[in-house]
Amino acid sequence: MSLTESVLAGNRLALARLLTQVENDSAEGRAALTELFPHTGKAHLLGITGAPGTGKSSLVNQLALHYRKNSDKKVAIVAVDPSSPFTGGAVLGDRVRMRDLAGDDGIFIRSMASRGSLGGIAQKTAAFVQVFDAAGYEIVIIETVGAGQSEVDVARLAHTTIVVEAPGLGDEIQAIKAGILEIADVLVINKADRPGVENTERALRSTLELAHPTRRVFRHHSQTISVPTSTVDPTIWIPPIDKTVATEGKGIAQVIESIAKHAAHLRRSGDWTARDRARMESEMETLLRETLMTRFLESVQQVKYEEMIEKVVNRHISPYEAVKSLLNGK
Amino acid sequence: MTEKKIRVLVAKPGLDGHDRGAKVVARALRDAGMEVIYTGLRQTPEMIAEAALQEDVDVVGLSILSGAHMALAPRILELLKKNGQDQVQVFIGGIIPDEDMPRLKEMGITGIYGPGASTEDIIKEVREAMKLRGA
Repeated sequence: MSLTESVLAGNRLALARLLTQVENDSAEGRAALTELFPHTGKAHLLGITGAPGTGKSSLVNQLALHYRKNSDKKVAIVAVDPSSPFTGGAVLGDRVRMRDLAGDDGIFIRSMASRGSLGGIAQKTAAFVQVFDAAGYEIVIIETVGAGQSEVDVARLAHTTIVVEAPGLGDEIQAIKAGILEIADVLVINKADRPGVENTERALRSTLELAHPTRRVFRHHSQTISVPTSTVDPTIWIPPIDKTVATEGKGIAQVIESIAKHAAHLRRSGDWTARDRARMESEMETLLRETLMTRFLESVQQVKYEEMIEKVVNRHISPYEAVKSLLNGK
Repeated sequence: MTEKKIRVLVAKPGLDGHDRGAKVVARALRDAGMEVIYTGLRQTPEMIAEAALQEDVDVVGLSILSGAHMALAPRILELLKKNGQDQVQVFIGGIIPDEDMPRLKEMGITGIYGPGASTEDIIKEVREAMKLRGA
């Protein structure tokens, strides 16, 4: 039986080994991805992101537990942690918070080092997701590095992006900065038993109101008149704000419900297909770029390339000119 | 990107709550360019074998300070074998009496490190074990 066939038959060791092949971009890994591709497209992909220490791993732990308890859906978790830019090494510690998930054959957790890629996920995270999807995992949870405001890549990958916040991490200005909040389909305020939770909620809510005004509020001589906008488009999804205490399992059912509602919304509005399409497009683009780059570097003489870099370093020509003459083969 | 990284699971089986040694080793292996999956305290042999499988690691490092190594180590080796992971190299760090060492090695433990062991030696021996295995 080939590795791919074993994976499709549910062999966990084969699955683990295939993921390694894929991560290392081996020929076997690439071939397997092609064979598995027709089996993909069934899973609901959840992205979990948020600043370090907001409790992403604990939330993932609880979400997975909940899915396993209340449905027979198989759950895969891809947990990404940063690689050291200097040594390339990494300590991947997300499993520490996921010990409740041990001993369940319907769950598969795989830790992944970011290996130099920015944007919160690794280069091969999308490929991992495909493997899990093909292997029959109906829920695939992607937990990002958690470096903060620029982790938007996960939104391109996931159907539903959950942004985790916690009280006391940032002020209102943080909440209106562009970036991570804009990608949220569901907002979770974790550690909601901590002081300051009302402030966090208020800041998030006002940010959402700016983005999606649900009612017009007039203030006239200290009287507030609130008028629901009749022009609100029912096809627009407004991210719900759910409060949880993940370490105690509080509020999880509400988050699961929000996720289900978002999935239903995506299906109803046609956004599910649109997101799938966008994901495939960006995946193809990345591959194309990589392949072209590799092909180009193979075609050009190493000496020539070094020479060009030298010229740029010495300010003899600009990087633009260097690229132009490399492409012209001069 | 295509280079093969050594993946190591650092786990603490048993009931003692001292994880400083495990953390020091995890960090040293990271600084040596390896990918270290850290599982935390109080892992059962079953949990360790399951994590080793899902993470497809090359090496398992066990930190045992409780004296239960003669019970835990064979159980973990047995589970790894049962899962088809015979090729995984298992190292132990902790308080291991001299008289237990030959038996542990016989069981299939690759390296044993007590207090005062240098992280450089551990890194060197992990790398050598990988070379012997042809990884």
